[in-house]
Amino acid sequence: MGSALPNRHYLLRQRDVADVHQLAVYREHGGYTALQQALQANQPDQLVELAKASGLRGRGGAGFPTGMKWSFLPKDGRARVLVINADEGEPGTFKDRELIEGNPHQLIEGMIITCFAIGAPESYVYIRGEFLHGYERLTAAIREAEEAGILGEHVMGYDFSHRMFVYRGAGAYICGEETALLESLEGKRGNPRSKPPFPAVAGLYGRPTVVNNVETIMNLPPLVLEGADWYRQWGTEKSPGLKVMSVSGHVNRPGNYEVPLDWTLAELIEAAGGVRTGHAVKAVIPGGSSMPCMPASQLDTPIDYESLVQAGSMLGSGGCIVMDDSTCIVRAVARVVRFYRNESCGKCTPCREGTYWLTDIMDRLERGDGEMRDLDTLLDVSDNINGKAFCALGDAAVGFLVSALKHFREEFVEHITGQRCPLGARQYDTVNH
Amino acid sequence: MSEHKWPAEWQEWAEASRATFPNAQSSLMPFLHRVRTQRGWLPPEALDAAADLLGMTRQHVDSVVSFYTLFRSEATGRRTVHVCLGLSCMMAGADTLMENLEQDLGIAEGQTTRDGAVTLLEAECLAACDLAPACQVNLVYRGPVAPEAYRELLEMPVPEPDAWAPPTTPEAREATHRG
Repeated sequence: MGSALPNRHYLLRQRDVADVHQLAVYREHGGYTALQQALQANQPDQLVELAKASGLRGRGGAGFPTGMKWSFLPKDGRARVLVINADEGEPGTFKDRELIEGNPHQLIEGMIITCFAIGAPESYVYIRGEFLHGYERLTAAIREAEEAGILGEHVMGYDFSHRMFVYRGAGAYICGEETALLESLEGKRGNPRSKPPFPAVAGLYGRPTVVNNVETIMNLPPLVLEGADWYRQWGTEKSPGLKVMSVSGHVNRPGNYEVPLDWTLAELIEAAGGVRTGHAVKAVIPGGSSMPCMPASQLDTPIDYESLVQAGSMLGSGGCIVMDDSTCIVRAVARVVRFYRNESCGKCTPCREGTYWLTDIMDRLERGDGEMRDLDTLLDVSDNINGKAFCALGDAAVGFLVSALKHFREEFVEHITGQRCPLGARQYDTVNH
Repeated sequence: MSEHKWPAEWQEWAEASRATFPNAQSSLMPFLHRVRTQRGWLPPEALDAAADLLGMTRQHVDSVVSFYTLFRSEATGRRTVHVCLGLSCMMAGADTLMENLEQDLGIAEGQTTRDGAVTLLEAECLAACDLAPACQVNLVYRGPVAPEAYRELLEMPVPEPDAWAPPTTPEAREATHRG
């Protein structure tokens, strides 16, 4: 059993406090006291140390330690930039959308604290173009903060000034990759950049840049108020704290759940109401469709970063997709590889061409037109994509496929020998209504 | 940059975009978003205007527009229905929902009805798997939309472009309908 749930939400505060997206309500419930405390103490380095001591890790997908990321900024006197990655688009993940829409001031407060810590006079939120409501909520909150003297010249009367910008993406999954995001923010096509130089050295407009995820930075206000030890009461030594997990698919209550990182997949699914009566879990993708799937036999795996890697998958962005025994794995994989084909930016041949071939073969298999040698071809093409493209999109495209072939190979074979999908073409239509 | 060649509001928006973002090249996408919201899509003169007003080549504008799915340079209806076909939505019946819409509207995914009322598009994961099957109508979320309840998407009130640009020629109208 994992640690007990806290008796309140620290990130999804709108669940406990109505209208917390409004500045007055946010302040009434302790909002911006962490920022004031940080500015009053006037020890930016201590904030970086706090982030390090807490063990907070990036919630966008890679899980990189946040304080360490900040400390990679070169100490050469140049002004730093913070860029928030709000281009949430990893299939199965919908936490940042709810966090921005419901609790935008906590993001703003976390950003100002971070910018004070790293010495950034400007920050940017790159928000997914489809998040129109979130964009409106966030820009309204920034306006409120500006009018209240929380943003702009002399933040809250202290010797620190800050400007915040919101920039809308326009429909491109690849822009969630941090260097593609920076290209897009500079008004260009979102093709990933060559690294090095890393953004810490030459990021937005060539300036030293930190790119952090929405949820990551929203942890800062409670961290400043409560301290690193408080944060470490949840999770494990290497994966401490709380994580907003997006649970979707065949569960009774799909939604976001703010849970300790030492919970198991089974506990998480239970919190989401379990699977439909009369059905059992077949497979789970724990961290968004870029991550390998796990069979039901692995549901007692804790969701911390290390345990999921050990079990052959990854926590990723925390988008947990639950598939019950009515799911055709071949059809699910076909849908996922098609996503990566559509979203490949086209820069690298292995990813651009490889995802095309994977989609073609998977569609053929699902139709019942596949041949046994297709299974070897799938693995061969996957091998020629994995690790051989510029950014992580190529690797992401093959994770589910390769794991599905490992755990559910017999289902692929049944599609070939039976020349049809054994579960039928439209088995999902009665779900969740 | 010309003074009177473009609609006054476009000139204002270009100025505002340039003023908002410290680096001039970052002004392109904010400007395109405003025109897209106003016209429903990006007609050719909007791309010329972007290049002219923001001091960029038309080729650069085209390269950016062609990269992003929300920037459409094909005529698009007053109401754009995006049906999410992501994995969680697929598991909840999104394919049937799409088929029902296609049948009702008499068009295929990617096409626009002849009267310019509706464009039907598939969307990659809309980050709303808790609402599966999830949709957006003019970027307003709706979900879960049961496959048989597809008419909700055609009837729900949504903000529409206040100066919608119809296709410019009969050939373009026909091409739009074919998708």
